Amino acid sequence: MYYLWVFLIGGFVCMLGQVLIIKTNITSARILVTFVLVGVALEAFGLFDYISEFARAGINVPIVGFGASLAKGAIGAVKAKGLIGAFTGGLEATAGGIAAAVVFAFIFGLIFKSKTKK
Amino acid sequence: MAKIQTVKFKNRPVIIGSYSIVGPKEGQGNFKNYFDYIMQDDRFGEKTYEQAEKKMIQHAIIGAIEKAHLKTSDVDLLLAGDLLNQIISSSYAARDFSCAYLGLFGACSTMAESIAVGASLVNGGLFNNVVCSTASHFSTAERQFRFPLELGNQRPPTSQWTVTGAGSCVLAQSGKGPVVTSATFGKVIDWGINDVNDMGAVMAPAAMDTMLTHFRDTKTTPDDYDLIVTGDLGKLGSEILIDLMEDQGIKLGLNYNDCGQMYFTREQSALSGGSGCGCCATVLNSFIMKKLQDGKYKKVLFMPTGALMSTTAAQQGETIPGICHAVVIERGED
Amino acid sequence: MDAKQRNEAYNQYVKAKIPKTRPWPTLFNSFLVGGIICCLGQGINDLILLWFPNMAQQTAWGYTLIILIFLASFLTGIGVYDKIGKFAGGGSIVPITGFSNSITSPALEFKHEGIIYGLCVKMFTIAGPVIVSGVVASVLVGIIYLFI
Repeated sequence: MYYLWVFLIGGFVCMLGQVLIIKTNITSARILVTFVLVGVALEAFGLFDYISEFARAGINVPIVGFGASLAKGAIGAVKAKGLIGAFTGGLEATAGGIAAAVVFAFIFGLIFKSKTKK
Repeated sequence: MAKIQTVKFKNRPVIIGSYSIVGPKEGQGNFKNYFDYIMQDDRFGEKTYEQAEKKMIQHAIIGAIEKAHLKTSDVDLLLAGDLLNQIISSSYAARDFSCAYLGLFGACSTMAESIAVGASLVNGGLFNNVVCSTASHFSTAERQFRFPLELGNQRPPTSQWTVTGAGSCVLAQSGKGPVVTSATFGKVIDWGINDVNDMGAVMAPAAMDTMLTHFRDTKTTPDDYDLIVTGDLGKLGSEILIDLMEDQGIKLGLNYNDCGQMYFTREQSALSGGSGCGCCATVLNSFIMKKLQDGKYKKVLFMPTGALMSTTAAQQGETIPGICHAVVIERGED
Repeated sequence: MDAKQRNEAYNQYVKAKIPKTRPWPTLFNSFLVGGIICCLGQGINDLILLWFPNMAQQTAWGYTLIILIFLASFLTGIGVYDKIGKFAGGGSIVPITGFSNSITSPALEFKHEGIIYGLCVKMFTIAGPVIVSGVVASVLVGIIYLFI
């Protein structure tokens, strides 16, 4: 029955984005930046794992999860390797997502053309 | 000596031909029965949207020349402009015409700017046949000023829909058709709006300024015109203009309207209305010309507005300057 | 009245004049679509773990996100994602699929300016700040953790 939690929390997080849009007419780049930073902060204060435990995809699929992985990677690597970890850890943890987004964008960018909105 | 903003054309330059071409969405709008040509596909058989926009201008220029029963070699001067950086659509289109060319940038007011300049030159007897043209394309404007087409974002309710379309007309010393009798060249007006999604509010003060100057210089009132039409203020902008004019003691009545506001049907979800050079250019060169020829209108005040913005200046936080040029077009003698 | 006062008065007048949209329908749409995308992610994750029971949870998440990114990128390519976005607003921007859309859409849009200067350069016009801010913040957090 945890799908209900996933739906409710995921929907709520996305709705917060919509609230930002309505209140401030903010562009999507700014929304994404805001939520990534929120994710980094949640992880830095150690709150993300508590939410993730019952929210699962509801907090990991929103871009908040991306920010949390960045921070989690950096923190973990710092503990294991020292200062260098602060620089390597974040991108290491999120490399899969970034590489996937770039590779698919490259491939589909070559294949498809943009279409006019109706 | 008083500063001159309004000029009268005693020799009455004639609009002997006009032509409009629009995209598929525009072809389903409120003016669908008046356009000369409706494209099936807004790429117009070209590889990119920029090339399509250039081809639309060429198509409109040739169309207007043909409707004037002239050959392209009869044209002395081409006046054109568009919204893209360095007005490439117009200048690149002009490569294919062997006549003098002046590129104009008045953003969405370009149609009136080109007619005002063209009529001045023709009225002075300096040129015989002058072609005025302008175009805009939704997809080129969108990627230059806003976001990629496929980005999944929502448009704010004040934003407008750039019209895909081009309009052209031919001005001549004599002939049959509506005549240009006066023009008011506008000043750049900036009332401190920096919201790039609210062009109507940017341009309304410019429209007010030009309108007041025009009424004062020509000693006319709104009632002297069958139609007073602004270009692309949109729903919000034209309401603002009506308020601003009321503050100045002039009541705009039912004979006032806005091309952008009229352009699309309610179902077409164009939010605050149409915009872009092509918006007023296609309405003028189809609907308004037709009504002037039919005698439905006798005197029209055509005053499109333009927001003279660039994305760089907007990102640097500059407020957006607006401009409005007005031309009076009257029904000619038969 | 000087120009500055006039501009301020005009800005206030315009702000009051802007039509108010009813927020509830768009909030509901974003909630619905956002929730569905998250459930889809959860479903993919659970299926992966069902088929590969020995896989670590962390790896399964990695695959889940890659699949979601792939789907969003593909839907962007065929011109569907912007329609979802028009309906859902924040609901399809905030999930990782929105991040994927923000990379693929400029790649499509600017391919005509060439593979290198068009597609590759413009790919990060929207997503660039997301990666930059995320990386900067995470490095800062890492350094802070070094001292505590």
